[in-house]
Amino acid sequence: MIAIVDYGLGNIANLTNACEYLGYKVVVTSDLEVLKKADRIILPGVGHFNDAMNRIKENGLLSVLEELKSSKPFVGICLGMQLLFEHSEEGNVDGLGYLPGTVKKITGNVSVPHLGWNKLKSTVPSLDDDVYFIHSFKVHTDQNVVATAEYEDDVVAIVQKDNIIGIQFHPEKSGVKGLQILDQALKGGFSQ
Amino acid sequence: MIKKRIIPCLDVKDGVVVKGIQFKGLREIGKPVDLAKRYNALGADELVFLDISATETGHALMLDVIKETAKELFIPMTIGGGIQSVADISALLGAGADKVSLNSAALRNPDLIREASEKFGAQCICIALDAKWDEEKQDWFCYTHGGKKATDIRALDWVKKVESLGAGELLVTSMDYDGMQQGFDHKLLSLIQESVTIPVIASGGAGTSEDFSALFLETDVSAGLAASIFHDEEVSIQEVKDDCIRKGVAMRNV
Repeated sequence: MIAIVDYGLGNIANLTNACEYLGYKVVVTSDLEVLKKADRIILPGVGHFNDAMNRIKENGLLSVLEELKSSKPFVGICLGMQLLFEHSEEGNVDGLGYLPGTVKKITGNVSVPHLGWNKLKSTVPSLDDDVYFIHSFKVHTDQNVVATAEYEDDVVAIVQKDNIIGIQFHPEKSGVKGLQILDQALKGGFSQ
Repeated sequence: MIKKRIIPCLDVKDGVVVKGIQFKGLREIGKPVDLAKRYNALGADELVFLDISATETGHALMLDVIKETAKELFIPMTIGGGIQSVADISALLGAGADKVSLNSAALRNPDLIREASEKFGAQCICIALDAKWDEEKQDWFCYTHGGKKATDIRALDWVKKVESLGAGELLVTSMDYDGMQQGFDHKLLSLIQESVTIPVIASGGAGTSEDFSALFLETDVSAGLAASIFHDEEVSIQEVKDDCIRKGVAMRNV
């Protein structure tokens, strides 16, 4: 069973649809006991970093997420990936801090948000497809990077440290290839 | 490099995809979920559903359409037409829409853009505008109600304003070019794209696959949208993409 962490933010209908299409049983929950029983965890998220962190705290999820992150596949998607890092410029607040790095606004001579299909670059051969991105902030880190995409500078697209995985793009909106990547992440990730 | 997007637009009335036929009104052409899957298989990068229902009951059916389609379609889906409030947006996103496109309601109440963007994030708020050239005033103006009602709002002012209010994307239809099938309105689209940093979807005027490559070579817009030429199978999405790739425009190939 997959538990999608429900902290009252974000459009999780499509993540649920994608997981069900892949054949998983899915619950959307903020119940601590249900989260603990799940085999795999998805931390979703769209919207504002500050708002997301506040809601995670208000829902009393901080300590359970801390516990879950070391015991089973733990997949943060989009803002859910950014939350895994130490700090964000968006609202100037600290994140969950599971991975070293910070989140900053995309700058430079490019459109913001970074919106559309962009090609993955990775040392993992299967990660070379176009996937759908939509975000205005990006992760800055030099560790645990599995895949990037080129957008003036590189955008961190996938990170993994042990069972903690972050996906910046929307695998649930990236066609068949996106579903494959989501499935791979839920099954434990991307061996280099 | 981000790929240029090709987006088919489907008109949905009372839960069914319809197509306008000149002088004959509307003809039903199928179930939204079936057409969505077909376009997905044909290489569409995204889909736009425009709800043209005239009644509350018709609009309510749209939620079922989205729910059903979202279970089987894993590319982005934008919903427009008749959206009036934050509550409407919340219902559409909850059903599985990835973005909503606001038009008349945003012109009437620009604050809706700010409110929706703060609540749901800029990434899911697309502002659609129907722009028409005014020969006398020598400028483009926004129209509402599917292009039926003129406003005194200049298109180039409006796009800057909606960006500052938190819009994440623009869907610009040139009323002068729409239906002419002679290519997109490069002049208007370039001026709009130069006025904002958010991505622009171009609409109105596509007649051949070359019209898309010309659009991407001559303007900086992010996407091209069309309806009838795809529905009538005059042009296939693959032909459009092949032509673009041949001319050096980066495309997502499936």
